[in-house]
Amino acid sequence: MAATGNILFSGVGGQGILLASEVTAYALLAAGYDAKKSEVHGMAQRGGSVTAQLRYGDKVYSPLIEPGKADILISFEMMEAARYLPYLHQESKVIVNTQQIKPPSVAMGQVPYPANVLDAVSSLGIQVVSVDAFDIARDAGEVKAANIVMVGAMSAFLPMGVEVYENIINTRIPERFREVNMKAFAAGRKITA
Amino acid sequence: MSGNEAIAMAAYEAGVTVASGYPGTPSTEIMENLSKYEGVYTEWAPNEKVGLEVAIGASFAGARAFATMKHVGVNVAADPLFTVSYTGVRGGLVVLTADDPEMHSSQNEQDNRNYAYAAKLPMLEPSEPAEAKELLKDAFELSEKFDTPVLFRITTRVAHVKGVLSKGDMRKSSAVCGIEKAPAKIVMLPGNARNRRKIVEERMAQLTEVAESDTFNKVEPGDTKRGFITGGVAYLYVKEAFPEATVLKLGMSWPLPEKKIKAFAASVDELFVVEELDPFLEHHIKAMGVECHGKDLIPNQGELNTSIVRTAIDPDSAPVLFAPAELPMRPPNMCAGCPHRGVFYNLSKMKDIFVSGDIGCYTLGFLPPLSAMDSCVCMGASVTIAHGMAKALGDEGKGRLVSVIGDSTFVHTGINGLINSVYNDSRTVLVILDNRITAMTGQQNNPASGCNIKGEAANAIDLEALCRAVGVKHVETVNPHDIAECKKALQTALALDEMAVVISRAPCVLLPEIKNAPHNPYSTKTENCAGCMACVKLGCPAISWTNITSQEAVAKGYKEKQKGFAVINEVQCNGCGQCAALCKFEAINRKGE
Ligand code: SF4
Ligand code: SF4
Repeated sequence: MAATGNILFSGVGGQGILLASEVTAYALLAAGYDAKKSEVHGMAQRGGSVTAQLRYGDKVYSPLIEPGKADILISFEMMEAARYLPYLHQESKVIVNTQQIKPPSVAMGQVPYPANVLDAVSSLGIQVVSVDAFDIARDAGEVKAANIVMVGAMSAFLPMGVEVYENIINTRIPERFREVNMKAFAAGRKITA
Repeated sequence: MSGNEAIAMAAYEAGVTVASGYPGTPSTEIMENLSKYEGVYTEWAPNEKVGLEVAIGASFAGARAFATMKHVGVNVAADPLFTVSYTGVRGGLVVLTADDPEMHSSQNEQDNRNYAYAAKLPMLEPSEPAEAKELLKDAFELSEKFDTPVLFRITTRVAHVKGVLSKGDMRKSSAVCGIEKAPAKIVMLPGNARNRRKIVEERMAQLTEVAESDTFNKVEPGDTKRGFITGGVAYLYVKEAFPEATVLKLGMSWPLPEKKIKAFAASVDELFVVEELDPFLEHHIKAMGVECHGKDLIPNQGELNTSIVRTAIDPDSAPVLFAPAELPMRPPNMCAGCPHRGVFYNLSKMKDIFVSGDIGCYTLGFLPPLSAMDSCVCMGASVTIAHGMAKALGDEGKGRLVSVIGDSTFVHTGINGLINSVYNDSRTVLVILDNRITAMTGQQNNPASGCNIKGEAANAIDLEALCRAVGVKHVETVNPHDIAECKKALQTALALDEMAVVISRAPCVLLPEIKNAPHNPYSTKTENCAGCMACVKLGCPAISWTNITSQEAVAKGYKEKQKGFAVINEVQCNGCGQCAALCKFEAINRKGE
């Protein structure tokens, strides 16, 4: 494990990216790391591209990930994974929700949704894990838990055990959503573990 | 904990009892969080000038007071700010400015350290949440000790960064309030102000001594080949890019410690000043006769980060990166079911008009497909700019000038503009987009929404009555979801030969009572869709278009020429009905109808 790890979360406003990055950050803190998370508010919340950046290590200074230094890119929407290629390096892990959300120009039929968008990533020789988080979350009982499915899928690449996450879901998530989120997490974890 | 949460906690722990602000990214969450603490009176002000003046009043009564705003808000509050520098304070007074390098959600990128210099006020500037918490408490101490308001500057990457942080000491006993008359100190007539002017200079000299001490400005020893002077979030990038180097970290960005800076400069072979935006430190350091690198290497626009700082100083260290992919942009868009869309749709259909816009969610009305906004400068400027254009254009402007402004922005500084328009016989139409909330910054209440900062019932401004009271004769209220009614109201108002107001009233769909209510979504009978694209041109994110070939068209039972069909995503649809009104082929109906 490198002294510092960088996780870039990407997706579309409203997909639960902030909660997903929050759960991951708490897990890292519980495992004894220093962690820093940065996000952008305002305009970005109206269905635009959204990112959250999470850095961890013994001591983290900058809240921002340098280009070429993201160890994990976790994208909650397919095309948004390809938007951040300059942040990746050869050993990066890319975890992608295969759900497609059409940006305005696509929804209006002006341009097509880019075909084979993930090939752009894998052709660079970077490991890509595709996750059908929407379907998996629906099976777990709530489509909105797709973000936690993604957290589960990513957890196998991070140094903490499952109990740490379960603990966080138990303490940080409102009771009525706990069971669904536990299931969603476990189902996501199964994909990569 | 985020920087903004940390700052709210620090304000509470510092014993603040009165706080006022106007929501503005990235400052908004400070007041939101502070309002949850008991024993602190908090309020949303209609604008930053009012907010600061409230805080000044509280300070004069002996309370520790806090005013929060975003960088451009300080422009609005600048008038009282420059004079409270002269009067000084009684209870500690801190004014927080949240600057937005990179303009993530702002109309300009101004560097508010310049205000500290211009208003002759001390400025403290943290690098991260934990430091923000400690420094804010120091700011109140400093304010009372030196009888001065203190400017506290954060940037987006302090406000919205989450870091690890421990809870501090319990709340200090709050200030003793009472009326204390001190006219020579706080009645700023020329005679008194002239005396205070001297005191301001003496105070700056004393504050410079504080700056020389290690309290706020510390040397972190290291390799002396390269020395860095830096502050704010730029400090973090320097530490990461050059962990070995010696650093003078300035927690106080004004006044500057001249002796300390000179000694530091003499202790290193080469001196670099690393700061975001303006060469503020650099200019003042150079004016001391100290040679240094600064904006000759470091960009003066946008946010910095570790790699920008590293490669600016060591160009050979630039990494080779994967090239970006070419993808369709994903700009923000008004929500599905947003009431503003109905107004902008109508405006987009009106030929030859000019729409003067303002700051809020509705600024997005400028984006395609509606593209129904032609200017946007600053809060409150929609009304005044339309009026100015009307005066310049004379007859040519008749029936062509519309301004749009949100409820919150109207109360912020739009009212003044409207008064001016009425007084000076404007022939423009003002549309107040009243969605019952300050939406863009995340649902804050305002004087028109009928609730206070805590969500408790409050007196609500009656916008119609207010417009009439300032002299507008034609005030009409419409439901923006009713496209036809809205169109008629706009046409009627434009045809008048006097200042007219149209109030478009329907709640923002993100209001909890709307969001959590059961929706009655619309659905598409795609077999009825004639492919006219009328609904698609509305730009609702719930509607999408599927292209088809002529073979597919025939197979689906469409005319051979039909290029595609529209589908509504029922999960996203909020049931506003705007699109249904546009469909002439009965392809869009309420579900189950
Ligand atoms: S937040 Fe409210 S006002 Fe803003 S775009 Fe959405 S519905 Fe419209
Ligand atoms: S009714 Fe039509 S315009 Fe309104 S939210 Fe639904 S799809 Fe969008």
